[in-house]
Amino acid sequence: MRHGKYPFVIGFLFAPVALYVTFVIWPYAQAFQISMTNWRGLSAPQWVGFDNYRRLLDDGAFWKAVQHHGVLLLALPLITIAIALFFAFLLNVGGKSSGGQRQGVWGAKFYRVVFFFPQVLAVAIIAVLFQMVYRPNESGLINGVLMKLGIEPILFLVKPNLALWSIIAVLVWQAVGFYVVLFSAGMASIPGEIYEAAEMDGATKVTLFFRVTLPLLWDTLQVAWVYLGIAAFDAFAIVAVLSVDGGGPDGATTVLAMEIYRNAFVYSKYGYASAMGVALFFLTLTFAALTLRLTKRESVEY
Amino acid sequence: MSITPEHPAALDRRTVLRRAAAVGMLATPAIGLLGACATSGSDGDNEQVAGGTKSEKNPLGVKEDAGIEVVIFNGGYGEKYATDVHEPLYKKAFPKAEVKHQATQAVSTVLQPRFASGNPPEFVNNSGEKLMDFGALVADGQLQDLTELWDAPSVDDPSKKVRDTVVPGTIEAGSFNGKPFVLYYVSTVFGIWYSGKLFKDNGWAPAKNWDEFIALLTNIKAKGITPYGYAGANAAYYQWNVILTHAAKIGGTDVLKNIDNLEDGAWKQDAVKQAAAAWAEVGAKFSDKSFEGLKHTDVQLRQNQYKVAMYPSGDWLEGEQKKDTPAGFDYQLMPVPSLSASDKLPATALRATAGEGYFVSAKSKNPKGGLEYMRQMLSTAGAKGFTEVVKAPTVVTAGSEGFAFPPGVASSQAALKAAGQDVFNLYFDGWYKELDTEARTATNELMFGRINADAFVERIQKRADAIKKDSSVTKFKR
Repeated sequence: MRHGKYPFVIGFLFAPVALYVTFVIWPYAQAFQISMTNWRGLSAPQWVGFDNYRRLLDDGAFWKAVQHHGVLLLALPLITIAIALFFAFLLNVGGKSSGGQRQGVWGAKFYRVVFFFPQVLAVAIIAVLFQMVYRPNESGLINGVLMKLGIEPILFLVKPNLALWSIIAVLVWQAVGFYVVLFSAGMASIPGEIYEAAEMDGATKVTLFFRVTLPLLWDTLQVAWVYLGIAAFDAFAIVAVLSVDGGGPDGATTVLAMEIYRNAFVYSKYGYASAMGVALFFLTLTFAALTLRLTKRESVEY
Repeated sequence: MSITPEHPAALDRRTVLRRAAAVGMLATPAIGLLGACATSGSDGDNEQVAGGTKSEKNPLGVKEDAGIEVVIFNGGYGEKYATDVHEPLYKKAFPKAEVKHQATQAVSTVLQPRFASGNPPEFVNNSGEKLMDFGALVADGQLQDLTELWDAPSVDDPSKKVRDTVVPGTIEAGSFNGKPFVLYYVSTVFGIWYSGKLFKDNGWAPAKNWDEFIALLTNIKAKGITPYGYAGANAAYYQWNVILTHAAKIGGTDVLKNIDNLEDGAWKQDAVKQAAAAWAEVGAKFSDKSFEGLKHTDVQLRQNQYKVAMYPSGDWLEGEQKKDTPAGFDYQLMPVPSLSASDKLPATALRATAGEGYFVSAKSKNPKGGLEYMRQMLSTAGAKGFTEVVKAPTVVTAGSEGFAFPPGVASSQAALKAAGQDVFNLYFDGWYKELDTEARTATNELMFGRINADAFVERIQKRADAIKKDSSVTKFKR
């Protein structure tokens, strides 16, 4: 049995691995090569060595984008996980217990479906939707109401110090539903006896959350953190469709993918764009390695 | 708190989740590598067809039965003018040739791979938001030199060369370093647009000089209408166009020539600074901050609803807004007003150019066929047909004669006539896309009050200097 295992596994893996190498690994390798050239997308590229990378060092837009990824990397997982945890707790164990079984708040089943809605919508549609929500005049969803009440409209995507947070709000809104479901699944597998025992000892809901739910959910949280971190390195579609002037005003919401897109498909500087892509590749890898390192912790067995 | 596992399956699920996360991490950097298309297989494998016999009917020597492929940008002008007018004209001249038609809204998405693989279509209408960089195409030798076309006898009168049937400046507009590569087909006039009805009802008159203009803006504001505005979200170039047009009127057309040629300090010329300062004031006092978050269609719609009085644009505006324009709106064009009596150009001077670019691919199978297609486009029948379908004047002088244009185009054509010799154009945005982007960003910063005129010219100049130093960018001169 043991002997026949590897040929069997390899036989099955061959097709997917071949596809993966051709369509994923090979383009990566090519991007490294292109990033060393001044290719403009048409004729044969010329080798320029590390010129593109040197240029990256004093490209203001590039550093602005990196900075925004820093903000996203902190804000997006923190806010999303906090909200998703809160909702998941309410939906699963926040209600009364009946017959020894913890229950969610009233209407939990309905909310669970509603929270998942944004996940079903395409990202581009969400961005267009929020264009309407954020519209800076009387036809905007929020400002329409504000203006009816006689309040000055809020220029969500226009004010440089507000624009990035408006974008983050959309990303959070879109992500929360998925993590509610993920955390719900995690909570469902926490044995009811633990809650029962804790409750018998007089634990409040807050204590239950921090002393029981959170520690037993640690693995799932870790996964969520990595996923959201990766999402923070993307954010392209929302920024491209929603922001003013493509990552504006004056680069206040730009992200690396936006700069890559601009350099590649607007300026036709494929070489330089690839150099940015390579930089992003290493940023993402570093983040993933760091997260897995830092969150390595003895998980609670039960 | 260690308890023996009750559900071993749950532990498995977690391991799976963690592994899934690891896989996700490996897969995601793909977003970053969007530019990773293949560079290989450029040229060589595209056999070009032999020439046909030259004759009076076929001065370019096109092979009679060789097909051509036509790619049309399906935007403001649609594709009907090609399928109903120009392609039938080519078919009529060469009944044995097959004309393959394709329309797209994203030119570069469709064509970039075709150029990269060395199999481009013969004839391309390169326009729209996703147009291919003309400068890069020229630098790469992808575009057919049009000299042969311009020197060929015209369809209607063999004793007249094609170059003599078009409006002066047409060939220059499509030339790069003195060589014609692009046919700009549609005559375009830029200015500030207003509703003739709104102005008449309120007794306002278009302004010729700056004092009149400020008075007009003040009057409109008093009426509760936003006097002036452009869309910051995606159309800031409509406004830098106004600022630079103004600069050219103040300091003469050399101001723009210096900018196009990337001369040192070109953006810091006094004329540019004065124009920027004047318009920054308009932005601060007579516009609406929320416009920075609006798209051009939003602001144009507000003008149609009489909520915005004046809007800068080219004369495609009237056609673009046809569906939303209320009856009797009466689009009218006013040239950018002059700043002071010491302006170098008169108040009637304006920016006009030929717009909507077409080119023939040098590395296509049948480039001669592409040139012939252009020759047919530039015939009186081709131009008249185009104007009838899209209601816009072409560069062919005989094509617009006797056509009753709608009020907006009629007023821009009248303004063009009034301008006489004082018509100018600028090219840097087509030559250096990066400079265009920077000018757009800086214009929003200026007009919505975050920087002043000095900082405006300073930052664009900085980018222009960087482009000048960048050896990977092909430079153009005029």
